[in-house]
Amino acid sequence: MSKLPFVDVLDNTVSSHIKDDMSSFEYTYKAEITNLYQLTAAEKLYQLQIIDPKQRRDFTFRPGQFVMLEIPGIGEAPFSISSSPIRHGDIELCIRAVGNLTNFLNRLQRGTNVGISGPFGTSFPVEKMEGQNVMLIAGGLGIVPLRAPIFSVLENRSRYQEVDIIYGAIKPDSLLFTYQYETWRQFDINLNITVDQPDSSWTGPVGRVTDILQKRIDEITNFADTTYVIACGPPIMFKFVCDMVMKKGLPMHKMFVSLERRMHCGRGKCCRCNIGSTYTCLKGPVFDYWSVLNLKEAI
Amino acid sequence: MIFKVFDKAELQKLFEIIAINPVVGPVSRGLDRNGLPLVDFDYVYDFDDLCLDYRNTTHSLKRFFLPYRENLCSFEMNGDNWDKIIDLNVYKTHVFFGIHACDINGLNKLEKVLTGNVYPDPYFTAKRQNMFIIALNCLSPLPSCFCRSMGTDTLLHGFELLLTDLGDRFFAEIQSSKAFNILKAIETRDPEEHDHERYMEVIEDKNKSFMTQVDTTDLTKILDMEFQADVWKEWGDKCLACGTCANVCPTCYCYGVEENVDLELQGASKTRHLHSCNLIDFAQVAGGHNFRPERHVRLKYRFYHKHRGFVEAYEESLCVGCGRCGNACLAGITVPEVIASVRGKEHSHE
Repeated sequence: MSKLPFVDVLDNTVSSHIKDDMSSFEYTYKAEITNLYQLTAAEKLYQLQIIDPKQRRDFTFRPGQFVMLEIPGIGEAPFSISSSPIRHGDIELCIRAVGNLTNFLNRLQRGTNVGISGPFGTSFPVEKMEGQNVMLIAGGLGIVPLRAPIFSVLENRSRYQEVDIIYGAIKPDSLLFTYQYETWRQFDINLNITVDQPDSSWTGPVGRVTDILQKRIDEITNFADTTYVIACGPPIMFKFVCDMVMKKGLPMHKMFVSLERRMHCGRGKCCRCNIGSTYTCLKGPVFDYWSVLNLKEAI
Repeated sequence: MIFKVFDKAELQKLFEIIAINPVVGPVSRGLDRNGLPLVDFDYVYDFDDLCLDYRNTTHSLKRFFLPYRENLCSFEMNGDNWDKIIDLNVYKTHVFFGIHACDINGLNKLEKVLTGNVYPDPYFTAKRQNMFIIALNCLSPLPSCFCRSMGTDTLLHGFELLLTDLGDRFFAEIQSSKAFNILKAIETRDPEEHDHERYMEVIEDKNKSFMTQVDTTDLTKILDMEFQADVWKEWGDKCLACGTCANVCPTCYCYGVEENVDLELQGASKTRHLHSCNLIDFAQVAGGHNFRPERHVRLKYRFYHKHRGFVEAYEESLCVGCGRCGNACLAGITVPEVIASVRGKEHSHE
């Protein structure tokens, strides 16, 4: 027995390329919470700045993408970036305190460091939409992922024809980003805000986004050939908006939606965000309507 | 391909040569409630503990590369600041001895998702690269095995050495220079014509012994067409949503991530634990909305992912046909039956 040559079948060290891969898998940028704004009773806007100046400059994202926000010891969750892409590593996240992580986040003060990884996912192809009308439709928290494409479009306003923003919320005091509406209006756009349950101070339209959408679709000449539509909102809204737009003959590749799913890794591994076997974190969150139709259970 | 033949007595020598590394292989766990042998994978320290004439193990090999609970990283807290620490140099070389095709093909499929993707998973990759696999041709499949239908009863890659029992000798297929090197330490010879003939006979006998078949022709389209079919509801009513199928499955890799703060508040750790899409909270998001709240929807999703979605992405099914899920299911749901019923046919044994 002792004469047998023992063979160590592999050496025990991890080869160097795994170490490199590792940095991309679990790498987190450290970011400081530089400002907090209470937007409504439930939602706060967090302004985050990547601490390392070089990383901050190099951090680029496209409108519609998301980051994984990590608080060590508490957890990690995906959030859409809600600021303009030209601001690189100075990003804004609008977050409703609703779960473990977000409730903890709600208690944090300015100056705290959190971890950010990403950006992940697909984006709204705003360059492709140049020269055409753009219609952005948001319901409730759906305005959060749409704020980045709104910024992108407004910053290059002259490259687009008519721009419509249709945004609906339940009550006037659940409207987000109210302080920006006046600025947005100065860019020569049609900003339509509607609420479901008005209070005595509300003077704007009452009802659902679909009511306004129907009116606008009928007004726009040659709608199907001249318009791109972007929508984000609760699942029920997608169904009505998509049906309405498709009925007007808009090609499926000109309609985009941003979908939400549970995610644990954001890197196409944990399978929690799968629709069929499409990872929302890799092939989404932004899908064109053609892809959505090929995914059972997507909407 | 390089082939060698060696006497059965040499196998013990081969085992002892590599036993300097941790060896995992099939070991006997007694008898089950029907009096049939129970075999499972575990660390083996003595050649005599190996149970190489096993037909199938209860659990798959999964726990050795996707453990139920695994530490991903830890955090060191210093006041308001923190550092993230990841250590990948903890994975030891493992030798897997006497592994059947279903488990190795399962590993190959997992590798496609976990390693061959824009963000390779370093934890899996490190372990996968530190594996030395000595495969064993499975010659007596269980009645529940349908690996032949899934095309996973044979092996193309993902192992170092493949042994086939020819009665008094082993026929060895060598897939790496390391394996070739190790075989130098035992007495081998080049195969002759009668070895090849015997090999063909053995394989032919094996092919005749499969009892369960699954028709996978056009399955991706059929699953789409029958998405709203009532049969899903019927299977869903039977399903206990316990996640046992995912537990024993060699290819189920869904996981959840959890972070915990140490008791002294000086550090924190991040662990992942395997999950199952059949469990109720799988697709539930913060705020309470559940994308798949009903049992039959979750059961359907599991089949849909394995037999349609994965096929679309990687041109092969995520199922290896080992039949473990059906054997372990408390409600007696088996893959061949579900697929046959979705195709609108009653399932039948050959």
